[in-house]
Amino acid sequence: MSTATTSFFEPASVTSSGRPVLHQAEVECHLLSSVDLEPEPTTTANSLDFPALKSGLVILTTYRLLWLPSNVTTDNSNPIAIPLSSVTHIFSTKKSIKSMFHSPRIRFQVSIHSRSVVVTLVIRGKGDIDVFLTKFWDCWRGRAWEISNDSGGGSSSGSVPASGSVSGGGLYSSDGSVRLVGVSGILRKEQEMWESTDKSLQEAFHDLNALMRKAKEMVILAEKMRQKLLSGSSSQSSSGNDEEMGSKEEMQDWLLSVGIVSPVTKESAGAMYHQQLSRQLADFVRIPLEKAGGMINLIDIYCLFNRARGTELISPEDLLQACSLWEKFDVPVMLRKFDSGVKVIQNKSHSDEEVFARIKNLVSKPEALRSGITASDAAMTLGIAPAMAKEHLLTAESKGLLCRDVSPDGFRFFINLFPEISSDDIHLVKDHGIYSMWIKSR
Amino acid sequence: MYIHANTTHADARTLTGRRRSHCPNCAQGFFSFKSRSTKEMQKQGDFKLPQFFNYPPYFTLQPVRDTREKQVQLWKEFILDYCRTQKIFVIELEEEFPLFSNHLIERSLSNEAREAFLSALVSEGRAEWLDRGHRKCLILWHRIQDWADILLHFVRDNGFEDSVMTVEEIRTGVESRGTELHGIDRTILMRALKLLENKGKLAIFKGTSADDEGVKFSV
Repeated sequence: MSTATTSFFEPASVTSSGRPVLHQAEVECHLLSSVDLEPEPTTTANSLDFPALKSGLVILTTYRLLWLPSNVTTDNSNPIAIPLSSVTHIFSTKKSIKSMFHSPRIRFQVSIHSRSVVVTLVIRGKGDIDVFLTKFWDCWRGRAWEISNDSGGGSSSGSVPASGSVSGGGLYSSDGSVRLVGVSGILRKEQEMWESTDKSLQEAFHDLNALMRKAKEMVILAEKMRQKLLSGSSSQSSSGNDEEMGSKEEMQDWLLSVGIVSPVTKESAGAMYHQQLSRQLADFVRIPLEKAGGMINLIDIYCLFNRARGTELISPEDLLQACSLWEKFDVPVMLRKFDSGVKVIQNKSHSDEEVFARIKNLVSKPEALRSGITASDAAMTLGIAPAMAKEHLLTAESKGLLCRDVSPDGFRFFINLFPEISSDDIHLVKDHGIYSMWIKSR
Repeated sequence: MYIHANTTHADARTLTGRRRSHCPNCAQGFFSFKSRSTKEMQKQGDFKLPQFFNYPPYFTLQPVRDTREKQVQLWKEFILDYCRTQKIFVIELEEEFPLFSNHLIERSLSNEAREAFLSALVSEGRAEWLDRGHRKCLILWHRIQDWADILLHFVRDNGFEDSVMTVEEIRTGVESRGTELHGIDRTILMRALKLLENKGKLAIFKGTSADDEGVKFSV
């Protein structure tokens, strides 16, 4: 059954946390829950029938209309996508007595490969049909897919590898200046580009709506620059030295961190805002989490996430709520609160036991036996931030693995010898214990 | 490491209470730490410090419950052991006390920790606060009842069953020399005497001099 559906509509890919994978420069515009997609009964020879899709999540983007089963992981039906480019007509809603008793519905015609079908979109849940219809019209008429194909086509299509020859030719050959190679050349070209976009930036700040429109251009611009850097490094790899490569990589990192192209916003997601935000966040934290060694401070994520979102900033409360919703979804990350009150995000697979074993190994070394370890010692060994290392040490302390030494020298942790010492005979030292090892280390 | 302890020094301290200046016989003062090897053998008359005395966390009040319980336990044993061998009856929190700092590892107990460990002794009946502010603590390595028994033994051993003695004689006299009663803290002795008086074993009366009291035994 589902194969018939997907053979007509495009299958849509989703992330492990159930968020749709969007194309480059594709932006989410609206979400509706509990939506059915039903085919209109066959009328002409060219039309096509498909099994009705029941009670799913509809996501309207600037490119596509996505339908996701309400439970992505367990449901049998597959997520599908209807490109807005294949929508040939959106019927206006008829206001009739009958429609007042129905669930609100929108009809539109789709034609793919010269076959067409009229799809009825039935909204069974809450959701403003008029708002959705307006957005639907806007996105359809906006023809965003065409625009991006014209201007940023090189980046979204798969033809990038050939760009070594393209980089010198197309865009900058007209300036007539000596072609500079390496980073300095690229940087100068970018400088020129920024100067030329300075005007559009000034326009952008006229009012907020204009800014929002320009924000997308900025992202495209950043993406373009990244492509330039990539092509530069492939064509000039022989002349570039390490320093140049370093700054190129840095530049790429900046550009990559510029943005989540389609942030989940209150406006687009409505009532499902936190749920969708939560899923998007789960996808987002994967990479920073990997870099940070499996655990990252909530505050750090707040900064990274908001920087990636650009103008659509979220509040700390929203972030916290999004994190706490993870318990309900099948996502590979979780929120954890330490006894000290510090909140972190960690992989579900992250194991304290492993960390404890490494800490124990660290404090059992002769030097550490004698003079203990600090949070920064642990941070260096574990390869994590000192603040995080301290949380681990405190947890290990609460488990009885370590104990503390507070003195004018600072706050240090020692391996916990107290359980090893006999309180009946305070001079007794067992032969082969950590206590005797500690005495020998002195 | 050892604490150089001399019985007469300890006595001088406990008898005079607050006086704690240098002893003329000992250039280094009451107690002096000597940085000898920890692996040296124990010497007669000196107090051997346990190995964990050099363990820095021993001097920080541990916040984790299980660890702290063990730490408190070790401190209780340590204080009682030390006071028993050195004949120390009163510990004053604000004053220097040899066990509360370790100059070798440069650690010393905070006032909070000192009070916590002494309070643990108080709650077990092995110590008593002498003031409301918890600044002075009477250490009872023998409980009052045990002291009373020691006193009775002393009376019987010396044939003082019907004799009269002054309190000072019991503490510093020739007869008590060599017994545990020699140099006993006056407060503890009076408490033990009162306990025995209540049992009808003796009577306390005002002596001829204003600052001393007499005891009439009737064992």
